Amino acid sequence: MISEQSNSASDRRGFFAGVLSIIIGGVVSIFPFAAGLAVFLDPIRRREKTGRGLIRVASLSSLPSDGSPKYFPVIASRRDAWNHYPSSPIGAVYLRRIPESEVQAFNVACPHAGCFVGYQKSQDHFLCPCHNSRFALNGHIDDKNSPSPRGMDELDVEIRNDEEIWVNFQTFQPGKEEKIPSA
Amino acid sequence: MKWLIDWLDHRTGHRKWIREALFENIPGGSQWRYVWGSTLTFTLFLQVVTGLFLWMSYSPGANNAWESVYFIQYEMNFGWLLRGIHHYAAQLMIILLVLHLMQVMIDGAYKAPREINFWFGLLLLQLTLALSLTGYLLPWDQKGFWATKVATSLLGVIPVLGDSLQKLVVGGSDYGHLTLTRFFVLHAGVLPGLVILLVVFHIYLFRRHGIKPKEPKTKPDEYFWPQQVFKDSVACLAVLVAILLLIVRHRLFDTEGPLGAELGAPADPSQPYDAARPEWYFLFLFQFLKYFKGGQEIWGAIYIPMGILGFMFLMPFIGKWKMGHRFNLLYMMVLAGGAAVLTGLAIQEDRSKPELRLAIEEAHQNAERVLELAQSESGIPVEGAVSLLWNDPLTQGPRLFARHCASCHRFGGKDGMGRVMDEEKDPQTASDLKGFATREWLTRFLNEESFHSPEMFGGTQFSEKGKMRRVVSKITDYDAEEKLALEKVIVAISAEASLPMQKTIDENDLEIIIEGRRILDEEESCMDCHLFHNEDEETEGPVLTGYGSEAWLIDFVGDPTHSRFYGEKNDRMPAFLKLGSLDLKSIELIVKWLREDWYRPESTP
Repeated sequence: MISEQSNSASDRRGFFAGVLSIIIGGVVSIFPFAAGLAVFLDPIRRREKTGRGLIRVASLSSLPSDGSPKYFPVIASRRDAWNHYPSSPIGAVYLRRIPESEVQAFNVACPHAGCFVGYQKSQDHFLCPCHNSRFALNGHIDDKNSPSPRGMDELDVEIRNDEEIWVNFQTFQPGKEEKIPSA
Repeated sequence: MKWLIDWLDHRTGHRKWIREALFENIPGGSQWRYVWGSTLTFTLFLQVVTGLFLWMSYSPGANNAWESVYFIQYEMNFGWLLRGIHHYAAQLMIILLVLHLMQVMIDGAYKAPREINFWFGLLLLQLTLALSLTGYLLPWDQKGFWATKVATSLLGVIPVLGDSLQKLVVGGSDYGHLTLTRFFVLHAGVLPGLVILLVVFHIYLFRRHGIKPKEPKTKPDEYFWPQQVFKDSVACLAVLVAILLLIVRHRLFDTEGPLGAELGAPADPSQPYDAARPEWYFLFLFQFLKYFKGGQEIWGAIYIPMGILGFMFLMPFIGKWKMGHRFNLLYMMVLAGGAAVLTGLAIQEDRSKPELRLAIEEAHQNAERVLELAQSESGIPVEGAVSLLWNDPLTQGPRLFARHCASCHRFGGKDGMGRVMDEEKDPQTASDLKGFATREWLTRFLNEESFHSPEMFGGTQFSEKGKMRRVVSKITDYDAEEKLALEKVIVAISAEASLPMQKTIDENDLEIIIEGRRILDEEESCMDCHLFHNEDEETEGPVLTGYGSEAWLIDFVGDPTHSRFYGEKNDRMPAFLKLGSLDLKSIELIVKWLREDWYRPESTP
């Protein structure tokens, strides 16, 4: 009888020790992961502003008058994690003259998967070298079976002093029918 | 659920593994004394997990390492916590290793048949110390840089191979990108790989021979689960709590210090760092080295420590005899005692050095300053954060002043760096430049008594001859009206400097300034020698147009013998730019510092 009692007492103690071990062991093991995950997830929390405002890209006289597009790099100040670059390439645009609003600008990134779209002079259209998305010079999809869900991303343009071309350089989420600025 | 576990067990046999792990027999029952091994495994686990997460944001490279650690510590969510855990777990690991080793020695668990496991343990101890040493450099701050430099320089004293060995570790003869990539591979790849491998064998051998209980046993045997597991997990919790307390201690007790691990100013090979000290657990070696003369360091750095450690590998054999075991224990006691005494001596010696306290204070100031600059709108340039300090008047101004100006001038009675000058060796022979061109400074200048004091022009030839001393002697006899006019003139001349610190009062006193200018323009005793907004004429004394402004001061320091300034009447001041003893950038930094024109965090929008 006595031994049974002490047995059940030690069983009970063992049970509590076991439960506590699992709880404490769980807490101390999860802790470093929690701290690590908080840091790992930091980029999601960080919202960089997408619009940098207008950036001067080129001058009007450098565009061909026949409306064929020309490529220009976009240089602006940029923050890359800890570094700050006063002027550094952040992307590129195609600019072309059009009759109504003077200049049209496209982000060179393909709205399908983000490749650098090329301009085919001989065929007078844009062709993405990755998955063959084809776009007309006005940026519209030029292909019934286009892999790209939307036309090339047009950017706002402002002409200043009758000569300077300023572009509101933005990037948009690829693979979507809607033009959603990437955050 | 059960069928899934059955299915899994059929394929993996995990039930047997778990059973073996949990139901290992502990002779004499569970003991608190047995927790050290488990706490060490736990800290290793902490280091691997936090290390991998840190790895995701760390960038080894001479102009990226400090910067990325800064980013982790101050910009990323909970980065201070992650880095803090990694830093303090490493420190506790050393303590736990010593406790574990002592426990093994006292219980005689190092003797046959456990010799090999003991040796594994000794190897693990060395690997852990190597991990500490390599990790200390990775933030690439002044402390890690200089401390590690000492450690690698000591490699050079090894005969024959030393030089090559040092080059291999450093990745060349200079510290740089390759030093960091190499240390990083050692710290995050090679050494942890070896540690994990050895720990697996260590635990395997430990399980093979079981626990060595203290005889006679006072309790009946128990299984590992649940009582010992409970004790182990409580001990691990205590370790974790200790780490967290260390991380938040400065906030908790409201003392000065960082949240989590410290990050000093970025490494700068050109900047002396007298506060260079190894981590506390290497202090005894640091102290030990002081007792060896030049050419004999190898004894203190390599031979004796290696001999002491090498001897420990023989302990299992010596311990076969009862006297041998006692000898081993005594050896360990002497060793621990010796290390403790040496550590104490190192700390005591440092405490008695006032220069060291100044150096540590300067190191803290630089660390705080670079943080302010890194967090400013302009951020960290590509050349790295060290350039922030190099271009900062607040940091460089005092250093340059102390080197080039303080042998004659003073700044607030000191040398600019806060050190009192030796007046015997370098007596003050030129004015104290703290607050130069401020209204207060000019008031002291235009007062006979203070003009002749060493704080102003007492040490110069202008105190003995020249027209200025006659002018100031006349001032003493000014009546109330003239004194008022003088005050207005002082306000007007001081406004020429456009000092940032007087911006508000200058703006408020615009009328007084205009009035002061008018008086000055009409005052013959001034205009006899000085020019004021009428540059085309000849001048005898320094031009007062833009007096004390940045451009005026830069030109003045560059060449005081120029006709716009003292011309031939120049006392002993060297033409710093003309003679090439200072470049334009350095003069600019000194001038900006004197004018208190530097970046201030609160002034940013």
